[in-house]
Amino acid sequence: MKRIYVNEQWCLGCHLCEYECAFANSNLKEMYHLKGKSIFPKIHVEDAADGIHYAVNCRHCQEAICVKSCIAGALSRDENGMVVIDQNKCVGCYTCVLVCPFGAVMPAEGGKVAQKCELCTKNACGTPNCVAHCPNNAIVFEDRG
Amino acid sequence: MKYVIIGNSTAAVNAIEAIREIDREGSITVLSDEKHFSYGRPLISYYLYGKISLENMNYKGLDFYEKNDVTTLLGVTAVKIDSEKKTVLLEDGREIEYDKLLVATGSRPFVPPMAGLEKVKEKYSFMKLDDALSLEKALGKDKNVLIIGAGLIGLKCLEGILDRVGKVTVVDMANRVLPSILDEEGSLIIQKQLEEKGVTFILNDSVAEFSCGTQALLKSGKALNFDILVLAVGVRANIELVKDAGGDCERGILTDESQKTSLPDIYAAGDCAASLDYLTNTKKVLALLPNAALQGRTAGHNMAGKEETFTQGIPMNAIGFFGSHVMTAGYYEGEVYEEKTSSTYKKLFYRDNLLKGFIIIGDIARAGIYTSLIRNKTPLDTIDFELIKKQPVLAAFSKEARAKKLTERV
Amino acid sequence: MSDIFIYPEYEVVRDRDACIGCRVCERQCANEVHRYDEVLGRMVADSTKCVNCHRCVCLCPTHALKIKKSEDCYRDNANWDYQTVNEVYRQANSGGVLLSSMGNPKPFPIYWDKILINASQVTNPPIDPLREPMETTVYLGKHNNEIERDGNGRIKNNLAPQLKLKVPVMFSAMSYGSISYNAHESLARAASELGTFYNTGEGGLHKDFYRYGANTIVQVASGRFGVYKDYLDAGAAIEIKMGQGAKPGIGGHLPGKKISASVSETRMTPQGIDAISPAPHHDIYSIEDLRQLIYSLKEATGYKKPVIVKIAAVHNCAAIASGIARSGADIIAIDGFRGGTGAAPTRIRDNVGIPIELALASIDGRLRHEGIRNNVSLIVGGSIRSAADVVKAIALGADACYIATAAVLAMGCHLCRTCNQGKCNWGIATQQPDLVKRLNPDIASKRLVNLVSAWNHEIQEIMGGMGINSIEALRGNRLMLRGVGLNETELKILGIRHAGESL
Repeated sequence: MKRIYVNEQWCLGCHLCEYECAFANSNLKEMYHLKGKSIFPKIHVEDAADGIHYAVNCRHCQEAICVKSCIAGALSRDENGMVVIDQNKCVGCYTCVLVCPFGAVMPAEGGKVAQKCELCTKNACGTPNCVAHCPNNAIVFEDRG
Repeated sequence: MKYVIIGNSTAAVNAIEAIREIDREGSITVLSDEKHFSYGRPLISYYLYGKISLENMNYKGLDFYEKNDVTTLLGVTAVKIDSEKKTVLLEDGREIEYDKLLVATGSRPFVPPMAGLEKVKEKYSFMKLDDALSLEKALGKDKNVLIIGAGLIGLKCLEGILDRVGKVTVVDMANRVLPSILDEEGSLIIQKQLEEKGVTFILNDSVAEFSCGTQALLKSGKALNFDILVLAVGVRANIELVKDAGGDCERGILTDESQKTSLPDIYAAGDCAASLDYLTNTKKVLALLPNAALQGRTAGHNMAGKEETFTQGIPMNAIGFFGSHVMTAGYYEGEVYEEKTSSTYKKLFYRDNLLKGFIIIGDIARAGIYTSLIRNKTPLDTIDFELIKKQPVLAAFSKEARAKKLTERV
Repeated sequence: MSDIFIYPEYEVVRDRDACIGCRVCERQCANEVHRYDEVLGRMVADSTKCVNCHRCVCLCPTHALKIKKSEDCYRDNANWDYQTVNEVYRQANSGGVLLSSMGNPKPFPIYWDKILINASQVTNPPIDPLREPMETTVYLGKHNNEIERDGNGRIKNNLAPQLKLKVPVMFSAMSYGSISYNAHESLARAASELGTFYNTGEGGLHKDFYRYGANTIVQVASGRFGVYKDYLDAGAAIEIKMGQGAKPGIGGHLPGKKISASVSETRMTPQGIDAISPAPHHDIYSIEDLRQLIYSLKEATGYKKPVIVKIAAVHNCAAIASGIARSGADIIAIDGFRGGTGAAPTRIRDNVGIPIELALASIDGRLRHEGIRNNVSLIVGGSIRSAADVVKAIALGADACYIATAAVLAMGCHLCRTCNQGKCNWGIATQQPDLVKRLNPDIASKRLVNLVSAWNHEIQEIMGGMGINSIEALRGNRLMLRGVGLNETELKILGIRHAGESL
């Protein structure tokens, strides 16, 4: 399965992926409609010391502990192995936040349910929008087994 | 191969999935005294709160049993296991044969003897969906509710019903709320938050007797009137089936790391099992949904012939009340790092180069990174602990460790 | 002391409706132009710091930014124009020599644009490069005038070492130091993939890039920076740099702030201290001296590698080239006055040297006239901007072209011409690690390969139109060129007829 991988060697810390993610998963027609809004992206960039940056989003673990821990059965792995969330079932207990070793599952806007990267399969992007717009190929979408 | 599972909750369902990963042929029979499709038990408070509808409570897709070719016998009670004949006897006299048996019977409410309890008509436990559904019928804006027990079950019930009743009073023998998962300071914060919502707590006290169906007399001498009584004092693991069959039990059914009991071909998982607590290296009932899922999965794999152990069971809890969130994991021992603001509270406990536990109230973002340090027993001198103390970030890991996380399939 | 006399040259214009405050401009500007103003609650820009590199413009996800030339003006004066006046202010403020980067930007004639290419009609049909073979491979080096045979009549294999180029375009000298590690890696990888060469410039060769040696030209310049035995052995050819088109008559100057530990190690000069190479080679005062260096280098590398001598296009370059062609050099590289640089004194960049078109025509003519054209191959550089320029250069007598400005453009350069400040926002002309990482060689090398491949397609297309199917047959074929708007002298030097003149 193709997953998103991040190479910190090339991450510039520009944070564009966060905005591209927020836009892709909004229902906004134009990116500039984000103006004045707070964003709640499913990817976020850590800015570490010494100019090191990298984006972190769901790793779609093979033994996804978030799926095992979800009290509502809202998190599951689809037939391809992608970890998906059914927000209609999520009750916002955030056990997934408690167990994700990457810090890649987070409360969604409004704080009522959890959200996570679903590789832009629930929007019209085709390839993940963070990957498509990373200016330096720091975020790639590849099948590494 | 005939697989039989007693119980139909988290451990059972995860065991079914695990068995089917390996064995598509063998028959699987699930026995449960509950008639419902498998549901996440902790959801019942969220149901009462209105966060989830009944239709959405199914733990797996509605085609789960069919897809996995599972025979379900719902609404039946298993009364005896014959480990020599390899059968399970049902209350209605039927005998179910098994080659591999999983006992995933969970736990039941523990009700201590209280004088006059039999006089109370409107009394409820809060463990099962049926408990919640019958409690729901009794709710009303004019109702006065007394909850005995300020632990996880009592307080989640409280959250579920508070907006649907007139008044709620919580009584507990302990001197604070959530004593099993919080330290004193944390307990106080949660107590205050709930008091601000209008809840009355009476701590260090307990019911001496019920003078009539709607009044409790406390040991302190107070008299409390109520319309509805919720009993949330504690739980007991359902160990009897295995114990009576001669299996080793303590507070729970003792299992090894493959979830095997002392009886041949009988496994146990979930809230009924006393399995390895990775942190204390002792056998404990870790009655938490994630552990039930992982133990169930391990049991399923082993039943189907794939040897596997589950060794990373740790205590942990994500719980919240009215939009605030509490996360805890591990044990609270060793040195303490703490941070407090008016709205957040965080304590990390560490000793012997390991993170032992944490309590976070409020800012719970990325808390899983801390949990992973506990679960993986990450030596703190291999990470930047000074950094990660303040914020759970991957930056605290070495470049190589981080590359493993971000550039390799995990 | 800040210069209160000068109004900022550029204005950062922000479309406030489109700006979503993502702050990518702020994070990406090494000159700290952009910032979020808490009081106003929106992004603002300090145009005084803007160098117009367009990094922010390109990365802005909503295209909310553009850079405009300042509309500020002085009273009209054709003699004392805005730039000239500002340069006086700047020098009055600093007391220093003005420094610039990249090539001469002044409006001198561009002869490429006054030369037109022929095409076949009726009597000599054009060739379709999509259907028929079209050879663009070039061999650079000394070519023999005659075949020699041994006593048994067998042909003697006495061909001097050659460079084989699959495309008639190479990447010209840019040192590690003036450009970044990632830029060097990009050039090296692209040259390997294209079957052509890149050039180390006067900065040595980083150990990591020895593996691209088969596609590397190693340079020996007046400072001898980074030169030692292994370095000479590493390359496919050795280039002696006598001069550079951007700054004929002076040596290179790499500011100390661009000399990082790694640059220092590679260049073998102290870290953080300006690396200034001498104007002359102190051992070369004559063609005979040059010959000694050429043969020293050949001796050191076992006569296995061609030696290139690079000179700037200056007034008497034809006579100099004649000398070089007799000195034992295999290849002469000529660099025109529009050639780029990481840093040059502005006055020299803008006023010294001559156009490459004229120098090339004159050198090629002189060597032919003297019967020594086969002694050497000719490479020309100094603002080759397109496939058309390449075709015209080859028809004027070049064997191949060097490109550098076009190459850095392909990698992202926007010609802001502030390489000398070391804060290249595109990660090319900088050694600052946070900026260097902005240039991912996976992307940049691909773009270089794309550019040169595209040019090669165009070259084939143009050649086919002329009915020529081998680049060898185009070389020096000046009948394929006509001038427009050129006077008699220019036409005579270029050796071409005016448009409209038939044979």
